[in-house]
Amino acid sequence: MPQSSIKDYLHESQLFLGRAIVSGTLVLMILAILVGRLFYLQVESHDHYTTLSQDNRVKLEPLPPTRGLIYDRNGTILAQNLPAYSLEITPEKTENLDHTIQALSEIIAIDEDDISRFHELRKQRRRFDSIPIRVRLKDEEVARIAVNRHRFSGVDVKASLLRDYPQGLQTAHLLGYVGRINEQELQIIDTSNYRGTNFIGKNGVEKSYEGMLHGQVGLQQVEVNAKGRVLRVLKSQSPRPGDNLHLFLDMELQSTALEALGDYNGAVAAIDVETGGVLTLVSKPGYDPNLFVEGISAKAYHELESSLDNPLFNRAIRGQYPPGSTVKPFIGLAGLEYNVVGYRQENYCPGYYQLPGKDHKYRDWKKWGHGKVDLERAIVESCDVYYYELARTLGIDRLYEFLSGFGFGEPTKVDLDGELSGLMPNREWKQQRRREPWYPGETLIVGIGQGYFLATPLQLASATATLANKGHHIRPRVVHTIEHPDGTEVKSPKIIDELHQLDPVHWEQVIHAMSQVVEGLRGTARSIYTDAYRIAGKTGTAQVFSVKQDEEYDEETVAKRKRDHALFIAFAPVEAPRIAIAVVVENGGHGGSVAAPIARKVMDRYLLGEHDAG
Amino acid sequence: MLGRSQVTFYESQPAQASGLLAWLHIDLPLLTGLILLSGVGLTVLYSAGDQELALLQKQLFRLGFGFAAMFALAQIHPTNIRRWSPVLYVIGILMLISVIIFGEEGKGAQRWLDLGFIRFQPSEMFKLTLPMLIAWYLAEHRLPPNPSRLVMAGLFTLLPVLLIAKQPDLGTALLVATAGAFALFLAGISWRVISAIGMLLAALGPVAWYFMHEYQRQRVLTFLNPESDPLGTGYHIIQSKIAIGSGGISGKGWLNGTQSHLEFLPERHTDFIFAVISEEFGLVGVLALLSLYLFIIMRGLYIATQAQDTFGRILAGSLSLVFFVYLFVNAGMVTGLLPVVGVPLPLISYGGTSLVTILASFGMLMSIHTHKKLLPT
Repeated sequence: MPQSSIKDYLHESQLFLGRAIVSGTLVLMILAILVGRLFYLQVESHDHYTTLSQDNRVKLEPLPPTRGLIYDRNGTILAQNLPAYSLEITPEKTENLDHTIQALSEIIAIDEDDISRFHELRKQRRRFDSIPIRVRLKDEEVARIAVNRHRFSGVDVKASLLRDYPQGLQTAHLLGYVGRINEQELQIIDTSNYRGTNFIGKNGVEKSYEGMLHGQVGLQQVEVNAKGRVLRVLKSQSPRPGDNLHLFLDMELQSTALEALGDYNGAVAAIDVETGGVLTLVSKPGYDPNLFVEGISAKAYHELESSLDNPLFNRAIRGQYPPGSTVKPFIGLAGLEYNVVGYRQENYCPGYYQLPGKDHKYRDWKKWGHGKVDLERAIVESCDVYYYELARTLGIDRLYEFLSGFGFGEPTKVDLDGELSGLMPNREWKQQRRREPWYPGETLIVGIGQGYFLATPLQLASATATLANKGHHIRPRVVHTIEHPDGTEVKSPKIIDELHQLDPVHWEQVIHAMSQVVEGLRGTARSIYTDAYRIAGKTGTAQVFSVKQDEEYDEETVAKRKRDHALFIAFAPVEAPRIAIAVVVENGGHGGSVAAPIARKVMDRYLLGEHDAG
Repeated sequence: MLGRSQVTFYESQPAQASGLLAWLHIDLPLLTGLILLSGVGLTVLYSAGDQELALLQKQLFRLGFGFAAMFALAQIHPTNIRRWSPVLYVIGILMLISVIIFGEEGKGAQRWLDLGFIRFQPSEMFKLTLPMLIAWYLAEHRLPPNPSRLVMAGLFTLLPVLLIAKQPDLGTALLVATAGAFALFLAGISWRVISAIGMLLAALGPVAWYFMHEYQRQRVLTFLNPESDPLGTGYHIIQSKIAIGSGGISGKGWLNGTQSHLEFLPERHTDFIFAVISEEFGLVGVLALLSLYLFIIMRGLYIATQAQDTFGRILAGSLSLVFFVYLFVNAGMVTGLLPVVGVPLPLISYGGTSLVTILASFGMLMSIHTHKKLLPT
């Protein structure tokens, strides 16, 4: 290669200059493309990207309304909202969910139930929703998490209002409870109003009045950062809190009834005769509704569900029992009204009854018979034979028609969800359900409130109230007043069905007979007699299993769960009735000795204000 | 003709230039441009870094270090730079090999070499040493280079590029490769060779795909369709485009970029700072910034054309073009024109190594421009 000469130098520098100009031109061209791109993004598509940027920045957040409170007639709080801290995990934001839970359980107590419940809830949630793993954290636990907070991602302590039932199991069946919204409920609720709401009434008053208790969701426009943290509120529309409910329920009466049931399972329903308001609605055993609020553990739920005592079952409105002899005043009234018996007209009771031309003996509870009985004595001493004859004379059609008028076989239409209708059998029903004709013997059994005849405790209480009101049937209701957030109130309507325009004398006669049940020397409920006020009542015993013909019935040898249910219906005071009550004591034996004293305690409490009279 | 007149112009220039600057070997237009750019950088960084002064302080310190390096390099005579070029190249290659053997992993790739007192990315210095070596190698003989020298120069380029790509650091490897390519282009290789190489590269595309790491492939796929994975790898580009687009013509104002300040824009003070500028200062602001870059690049190219020897010309030219490639790859990535490659916005993105490299390269440009001797006769 030759040495660099001036000629080479010039050639090279010209060559380079050319390349430099090409480079410079390329630079300009490429920059022009870049500027074109920027023009496209910032001018042409500016509106589009502004919208996207707004969507990023501004989120519409629901402001869930505060659920309405529930009070009893005296202002005792039955359902409230308490601030509670819960530990929540957003699985998508954790690095390793299992490790996170493991590490958290070293800081605060997290047991197997918490974890399994967490996974249950997880299945129902959307992505990026946080799920509680522990609820109702203690202050100390909150502090311990706060100290270790930096170790975790996707873990938050959230403060929220949690439904609380201070009366616990005493009001469990009546109020029901709220729980997390599930898939089926999601289908039926107005999801826009439930944005931000996690809970919904599952049972009882909480379910029946869900629409009022829930309230109206509010909305706020907030500026959020990429992590979803709210930085400031741009606009907001306050939620409308749910309505407060004031019930007819008397909490002290409720406690009295529950206590009076003692070790027995059963139900007590008491109604304010004048208004139809439900004063007491007890189903025993109960359960702690607070367990359900944040999701009950599978184990605890299984225990409740599989218990032989069936604590989740609301006996007061879903328990269908043979009403037994408690129907006798009503059937007696039918006999008077249809003019098939006179009040003082006597029949002979040999201790059994036989249909003409049949061998089968329908037995009286009193083996040796009552002798000569009129209607009053038949009610007071609860003579079965008298009623076999009366029922046969009336026939199933008239029995059905008359008893239906008292609400037997139909839901009471009380403002509670899940009520069952009991069963008032008739020919059509038998033909439809059993594909069999109605047999005369079945009429006899209906006459003593057995056989197919079933009634719920609330139905019995309602029928008793109708009797006390001499035919004014007032629909039972739980809610007294609905209090709107603005302070205005709406009273629940009093719905009266005038079903029985009967002879006033007949009412007086039957009511008199019922008062003799308590006051008469041979009254089946004479043990609850009191000087303080007059009670009209009727005892009943419902057979749980049938005794074979000519077989000895020995209470002692019958297993406890096969023992008869004890029933008692009553109202008081006789002259101006204020309270009507029905008591069902499962496997309690005799109505007079077990069920009647329970009713007495409740009535004492209501009428005298005493806790334990006599 | 043009060349001759410029040569004459140059003979008198040093004498007329401001005495102090000449004595300091400073090119005033370049210095002004660089200082303005750094100022813009600090201003934007203040916003992008959530007004954190500690961040600004660190960057200011790095800038100080970078400018000091620039001044220092400007004092070294181009002859000495040329003399040291092959040595630096060999040292660099040895370092790259040792990174592969001993390197510390950072972000899943081995890039750092811990020398005890300083953690250092040897790949970064090849943006300087490779053009230096090519310029040195080609300036030994007349231009344009003959085919055998061209092949050698190609191999000199390929060696560090492959070593860097193996770390793996695709962004830097590409930048180093373009640095070598620019040097060759400026040396005057024929257009036929250029188009042949172009076709070869196109053919090598699928092969490259085969050798790519999974995350690199993902980046390319995301580039082709960012909306396909809006929460994953496409998130960066989508948010960046939203930031730029919502900035509009005049921008949302300094410190008022919602995309940046509400943390929707990832890497906002490093690789995606261009989106912050676009969001807060709008098209007007970005055009002003691009003009500033253009001024610096053009000044660099001008210095290259005015250089006295082949070494100076090729080196100054390639360094200026590498600076431009930085800008374009970064802005192209942020605006969604190019796939996501980890290349900072020169002199503005928060971060040390590239900033020092870039300022050092301008030090060399100044050295080339201010150390003149009379033309050989």
